[in-house]
Amino acid sequence: MLDRIVRIWVKEFLEFYRDTGARYRLVIPAILQLLIFGYAATFEVFNVPTAVLDLDHTQESRTLLADFTNNARFKIVTVAQSQPQAEAAIENGDAVAALVIHAGFANLLLKGQTAPLQVIVDGTNSNEALVALGYVGTIVETFSQQYMVDLAGRTAAGRSMRVVQISVDQRDWYNPNLNSRWFFVPGVIGMLTLMTIVNLTAFAIVREREVGTLEQIMVTPIRPYEFIIGKTVPFFLIGLFQVILVAVTGVLWFHIPFVGSPFVMLLGSSLFLLSSLAIGLLISTLCKTQQQAFASNFFVLNPVFTLSGFAYPIASMPVVLQWLTYINPLRYYLVIIRGTFLKGVGLDILWPDMAALAAIAAVLLTISTLRFHKSLE
Amino acid sequence: MPGERQPDIQISVDHLIKRFGAFIAVNDVTFDVRRGEIMGFLGPNGAGKSTIIRMLCGLLRPTSGRAMVAGVDVALNPERVRQSIGYMSQKFSLYGDLTVAENLRFFGGIYRVPQKEIAERILSVVEMAGLAGREDSLVSTLAGGWKQRLALGCAILHRPPVLFLDEPTSGVDPISRRRFWELIHELSDDGVSVLVSTHYMDEAEYCNRIAMIDQGKLVALGTPAELKNRALPGTLLLVECDEIGHAIELLGSAPGVRDVAAFGNTLHVLVDREAGQTDRLIAWLAAHGIAGARVRPIEPSLEDAFVQLVTGNREAA
Ligand SMILES: Nc1ncnc2c1ncn2[C@@H]1O[C@H](COP(=O)(O)OP(=O)(O)OP(=O)(O)O)[C@@H](O)[C@H]1O
Ligand SMILES: [Mg+2]
Repeated sequence: MLDRIVRIWVKEFLEFYRDTGARYRLVIPAILQLLIFGYAATFEVFNVPTAVLDLDHTQESRTLLADFTNNARFKIVTVAQSQPQAEAAIENGDAVAALVIHAGFANLLLKGQTAPLQVIVDGTNSNEALVALGYVGTIVETFSQQYMVDLAGRTAAGRSMRVVQISVDQRDWYNPNLNSRWFFVPGVIGMLTLMTIVNLTAFAIVREREVGTLEQIMVTPIRPYEFIIGKTVPFFLIGLFQVILVAVTGVLWFHIPFVGSPFVMLLGSSLFLLSSLAIGLLISTLCKTQQQAFASNFFVLNPVFTLSGFAYPIASMPVVLQWLTYINPLRYYLVIIRGTFLKGVGLDILWPDMAALAAIAAVLLTISTLRFHKSLE
Repeated sequence: MPGERQPDIQISVDHLIKRFGAFIAVNDVTFDVRRGEIMGFLGPNGAGKSTIIRMLCGLLRPTSGRAMVAGVDVALNPERVRQSIGYMSQKFSLYGDLTVAENLRFFGGIYRVPQKEIAERILSVVEMAGLAGREDSLVSTLAGGWKQRLALGCAILHRPPVLFLDEPTSGVDPISRRRFWELIHELSDDGVSVLVSTHYMDEAEYCNRIAMIDQGKLVALGTPAELKNRALPGTLLLVECDEIGHAIELLGSAPGVRDVAAFGNTLHVLVDREAGQTDRLIAWLAAHGIAGARVRPIEPSLEDAFVQLVTGNREAA
């Protein structure tokens, strides 16, 4: 058994090695997708429409607001006179962010206490809002450092002063879970892996069918499972390589935190890879030409992406579609990969998703192996 | 079953039928192939040659009928048959991005050729196929004739007693074809039964026996000489003259003429075996306005027999 499987591995490796384009096709789209999603989720914004409300009316509060007014990132569209007026600006869509300085701001600063700055952002445009929040943080930081230096210069006790702080009170309206690149990049791993593996597997087998080498293999005494294992294990390894490549790039380049266990992540990835291989195998048993495989992949992968929670929240889907997501391996993998990346949860929390993924992989692999006959019919 | 009584029978096909939906691709075909025999399949495009071969390899399931190969019922036990057969499909199907040696090692491994014999067998196949010095060439860079010989080599690495070759020489130059047929004869001398399909009449002459297939039916079976005699009971005359089209009509109604067929710008006319036919035809043509015709008797070729048998089959249908 193993001798034949190894023969196929050697053959696959040689073909991969000779096809110089193949290694670029595996690495470049992966990195490109990662960059596109990484940056699309965080692209820079200028002139964020902003409402301001100054209830403190002090030198300090005016200086802080002037820092915003003079910054190209923000465009003050409304100078509100009251809290409801500021909030209305966001509700009407006039402003994406509102800055509120409450009375007593300067007082707290002088006493060396934490002075709150309230920031309200419109969560429906989560990207812009999120980026805006980041800028607010930077401006406030600069302001407080400047203030501390000034204060130290004016008072002799400067060196013993505590750092002045302004806390940003974020209230994200409408969309409590702001999407970010932190949210997207782990998702890209799932999407890329699925796409690569389903395509590779389906095309590799359909190509052999189309070229005729599959017919030549079928007249040999090889067993179907030997062929399937020989053919799919290399793709499993390629998939694992891609997961690691994208994950490492995400961590090193985008500074996505990876707080969970790599073991749990790789376990989930392996189960997901098996499901993807099985989907590819299943498509290959249904298609005679690469063109058919291309069309089938398109029809299969699209709903898998749409119904996974990658871009559209599952909770906001119609109920029937929500049911469909339960048989979608990507749905579970996204939970696992986001959970391990961002939340650091382990098997104790993720086991139901792992179990679902394992079940889907087992069912799909069984069906596709049974469907793979050594005959032309 | 003849296959059970005569141990010398390697392929035994019994009332084999294959339907694709309503279409009957193979229609009640029966024949045997003996050990060491070269059986040729001759037939026009779409006759069903490949379909029969694929059923014998276990790639297609017969709709009905029985096929025994190397003593094994193919439909019941396709896996056991596979160790005993070599197959070259109509379409070249080795890995173009692997080298000659890599392809041979691959198929040797898949067939489980014993480790200590593999090197020696690859060497002998390379030698046989005239591929020495080309072991490390990528298969896709080989010329047609070399590819075909390599494909044959891959098909016989495991020393199968039965070999199926589906149009192995299509698109290959005449010298390579001749060389290929020498290899087939060597294998046959070693006792390998070979079933080979072809479109080339000259190749069919190299076969021990020929099965003529048309529209799924076996229309004739026999040695090349037998087929020629059976198909053409009479004398074959070659007629060269002007106004070929008109001449066909005229000769068709001439006394003693059985059949007229056009071959390029000459006519092959089948007449009753009697003395003086040549002069009679010249006179007949001259009497009807075609003067100066040249007529001479010729040896009937397989092609004549083939055309005759296939037309007969179609008229009967
Ligand atoms: N899988 C299939 N489904 C439907 N029809 C088929 C199938 N395979 C073959 N046929 C039909 O069966 C007939 C016989 O085909 P086959 O390939 O056996 O002919 P052939 O004698 O090998 O012809 P050629 O000389 O062109 O190779 C053809 O009409 C073909 O279209
Ligand atoms: Mg054919």
